[in-house]
Amino acid sequence: MSIQATLSADSQVLTISVKGRFDFGAHQDFRNAYERSGLTPQEYVVDLHDTDYIDSSALGMLLLLRDHAGGDSAQISIVHCNPDVRKVLSISNFEQLFSIK
Amino acid sequence: MATQLSASALKVADRLTVLVADDNPADRMILGRLVERLGHQVYLAENGQVAVEQFSERRPDIVLLDALMPVMDGFEAARLIKQQAGEDLVPIIFLTSLTETDALVQCLEAGGDDFLTKPYNPVILDAKISAFRRMREMHQTLQAQRDVIAAQHASLLQDQEVAKIIFDRVAHSGALSHSSLRYLQSPYAMFNGDILLAANRPSGEMHLLLGDFTGHGLSAAIGAMPLAEVFYAMTAKGFALRDILFELNDKLATILPVGVFCCAVLIEVNPDKGLVEIWNGGLPDVMILGPSAELMRSVASTNLPLGVANRQRFNPQPEVMVMRPGERLLCWTDGVIESRNQAGELFGEAGVHEVLDAYLGHPGRIFDGLLGALERFHGSPEDDVSLLQVVMPERSERIPSPRATAPPSRPQDWCLSYTYRAASIREQNPLPFLLSRLLEIPGLRPQAGALFTVLSELYSNALEHGLLRLDSAWKQDSDGFALYYQERGERLRSLVDGWIRITLNHLPTPDGGMLQIECEDSGNGFAPDRACADYAGRGLALVAALAQEVEVKGASSTVRVVFSW
Repeated sequence: MSIQATLSADSQVLTISVKGRFDFGAHQDFRNAYERSGLTPQEYVVDLHDTDYIDSSALGMLLLLRDHAGGDSAQISIVHCNPDVRKVLSISNFEQLFSIK
Repeated sequence: MATQLSASALKVADRLTVLVADDNPADRMILGRLVERLGHQVYLAENGQVAVEQFSERRPDIVLLDALMPVMDGFEAARLIKQQAGEDLVPIIFLTSLTETDALVQCLEAGGDDFLTKPYNPVILDAKISAFRRMREMHQTLQAQRDVIAAQHASLLQDQEVAKIIFDRVAHSGALSHSSLRYLQSPYAMFNGDILLAANRPSGEMHLLLGDFTGHGLSAAIGAMPLAEVFYAMTAKGFALRDILFELNDKLATILPVGVFCCAVLIEVNPDKGLVEIWNGGLPDVMILGPSAELMRSVASTNLPLGVANRQRFNPQPEVMVMRPGERLLCWTDGVIESRNQAGELFGEAGVHEVLDAYLGHPGRIFDGLLGALERFHGSPEDDVSLLQVVMPERSERIPSPRATAPPSRPQDWCLSYTYRAASIREQNPLPFLLSRLLEIPGLRPQAGALFTVLSELYSNALEHGLLRLDSAWKQDSDGFALYYQERGERLRSLVDGWIRITLNHLPTPDGGMLQIECEDSGNGFAPDRACADYAGRGLALVAALAQEVEVKGASSTVRVVFSW
């Protein structure tokens, strides 16, 4: 598991990529990725291209990110999910809260 | 001597007690004096046996032990001293003029920690004693920390034991022993965050809740408490599934921190009408199997888990569908699907479907078959699984409950009338309130179930046919049924006009009392006699079976029911 955060050149978009298993072990790193001081992006992208597993605690972390980014007004897209990951997200109906691409 | 050593050079805390054992009186005295001049307190022993005795009596911090002594040599003494010292670190330094490698190795094997060769060099002696003092201090710190951690761990485990007892009583209780249910909940660590609740409404329907909190242990258990409390209290008061769902979501969203939520399936089983209501928020598909265990329908999760959405976003509308006696419903938490074997492969939905195929024609063996398949797949009993099976019971043709002996009540003579207008009808269910008023009459309490059924049938008739103008004829088959309830939800949401009036008229009689319930609505009436299909038109028939008198007035927009005891 490794988590990488990249800020776009104009500082507007923060992309967080998760490699490997996205579960409770990722909690601190995932949080650090968006809580670093001084970051005020307009938009967040969670890139799950290299994520092979996601569990319910990861869903919780996504909700925490959403809360951090302004709750209902947050702009967060979750991109590049493989079918298994996509399934977990849709069982919990997270497309109602995030833009899943 | 270049180095000035004196007792005053040491702080009190750094003073040690040192046992010196040597059979040679001159050597013993020289070493004893040396150690004393370093600032430590000295005990002397002339052989191994005396050294062991001195050790038990004085518990010195460090032992300086000659290897070769009469009565008991240093090797044996070292073994016995180490034994007595137990977990405490008591450094033993062998005093020796031996230089052969074998003899020195023997010293260490007997439990010695170091050697000091004669003749003694005071600087080296001081350095060694200081080094061992530091080692002792480190050891003591470690021991103390270990003891603190062990004590805290023990108390944590004890707290968890207590919490688990409470959690188990809350999480797996209610009407779970009902013959139509089978379930498995396996313990994972202390708690697994899975919760299974069952309770009966006064009118006889059963409510079930299968839930899975994110996380494990105490945080999951804490969320389970309010969940169970709301579920039981509202079911007992006769609230419908959607009211309970709304309240549960609200409660959890208020108290749980962001990121903690509860994936859940809520089910209402209504044997009288042959209906189930299912709401799935975040759990795997609920499956409904036919009489030969063929998969008839599955209900996928279409909702956010409980505790995530705010009021505006939350959709508490369950799916309503027909279930005939003997048909069965299966649901589980994601432990079943996500179960992995030693090779890391997932059991998955494919695994579930394999089991279903294998037991086609043997519905009674599905539940055990699924458990067996999971166990074989996993190689051991699966430890994070909750599984529930509900078999639709035979329709219980309910007869008016026998005249239960009620406590003598004072005569009550009153009438109350409530009119619910559109906004109230959209948002609320007035029945629990009305029922609680009625149950204040002692004579009516034994008949709470029948009363609630009558009230809810009258209210639904008025609402669905009078106000919403839904046609029972749709309820000919399962699809029509689904359409009916979908349409009901939509029309109810957009209701702007109309009212329903319920009048309760209570009269004392010589033996007991009489209750007239009148339900009137602003609609154009409905035709009670028409629909007699399997699933429809049972409402008024049910009311007629339970009450003494049923009268439909005014083009059927008013129904009067008499209930006496």
